[in-house]
Amino acid sequence: MNGLPLWLLFIAMALGTFALRFSFIYLFGKVEMPEWLRRALRFVPASVLAALVFPALTYPNGVLDLTLGNIRLLAGIGGALVAWRTKNVMWTIVVGMVLFWILQAL
Amino acid sequence: MQAKQQDFFTGAQDSLPILLGVVPFALICSVAAVSVGLTPFEAAGMSFIVFAGASQLAVLQLIGEGAVWLVMVLTAWVINLRFTMYSATLAPYLKDEPIYRKAPFAFILSDQAFGVTMSHFANKIPANPAWYFYGTAAAIWLTWIISAIAGALLGTLVPASWGLEFAFPLSFLALMFAALKDRPAVIAALVGGLTAIITRGLPYNLGLILAALLGIGAGVLAESIADKKMEGAAQ
Repeated sequence: MNGLPLWLLFIAMALGTFALRFSFIYLFGKVEMPEWLRRALRFVPASVLAALVFPALTYPNGVLDLTLGNIRLLAGIGGALVAWRTKNVMWTIVVGMVLFWILQAL
Repeated sequence: MQAKQQDFFTGAQDSLPILLGVVPFALICSVAAVSVGLTPFEAAGMSFIVFAGASQLAVLQLIGEGAVWLVMVLTAWVINLRFTMYSATLAPYLKDEPIYRKAPFAFILSDQAFGVTMSHFANKIPANPAWYFYGTAAAIWLTWIISAIAGALLGTLVPASWGLEFAFPLSFLALMFAALKDRPAVIAALVGGLTAIITRGLPYNLGLILAALLGIGAGVLAESIADKKMEGAAQ
């Protein structure tokens, strides 16, 4: 994907994201955030990020693979341990990638 | 005016420690963009226009998988729904600000600016809280843009054989664990993740959005059950 469709994608992402960022700053005093929405929004990051991670680790070549032969799953579990302990993006990537390269070389 | 400048600079200064995390994240977003075939100019342009790393990484992964345009846009919006929460929390502090100032600073509202601002306000609310927030947002935005450009230039040096696309799920893992603050959040993640595995075969990567919504629903449900138990125990 390149050129015009790509730039239109960026603009669409940005317009929606700006609307979300500006929403209640703009509406203050006019509209209050409903309680049910506040409760639901709290779970957006955990849910969306897990929905991105789980299939990426379990479908290495477009096919479900839950065996020890799936090096993405193994390296991902290693990365998850680092993520859990450090909550640091950089360290999780460094350890996960090194594990991935080692398992690939074996 | 003097006091406003003072609060702006205090905000910028308080953001310094968190910039250590902003630099690598912006670098990663640009390198990842180049790895799925974007030019360095497009990679830096994405960070400049969108300025929301997690949604950028998600969309880049979808570009790599050849997903359809609309699903990519919807996915980015779902991930960025959290900004409405920040917006509602910051709104009272910005209520007397003119729109020509609060609109551009809303555009550069980030997780990190919100975090620094609210943790400072928890201890002490400055004379000009809006300007304190502007200071944090500006410092983080500037750092992000410079790092994103650097990453776009570096990205072209990374060979495809490194399998750098595996950095996507790894970065999401770290962000996910940071969000697992209590049991309902863990349940939201488990339901979202497992649903995404089951619905992986749905057309247009729609499984991702379905999984996200089910995960959010599960989190809300788990929290209300926990609240009921607490009430029961109190009685």
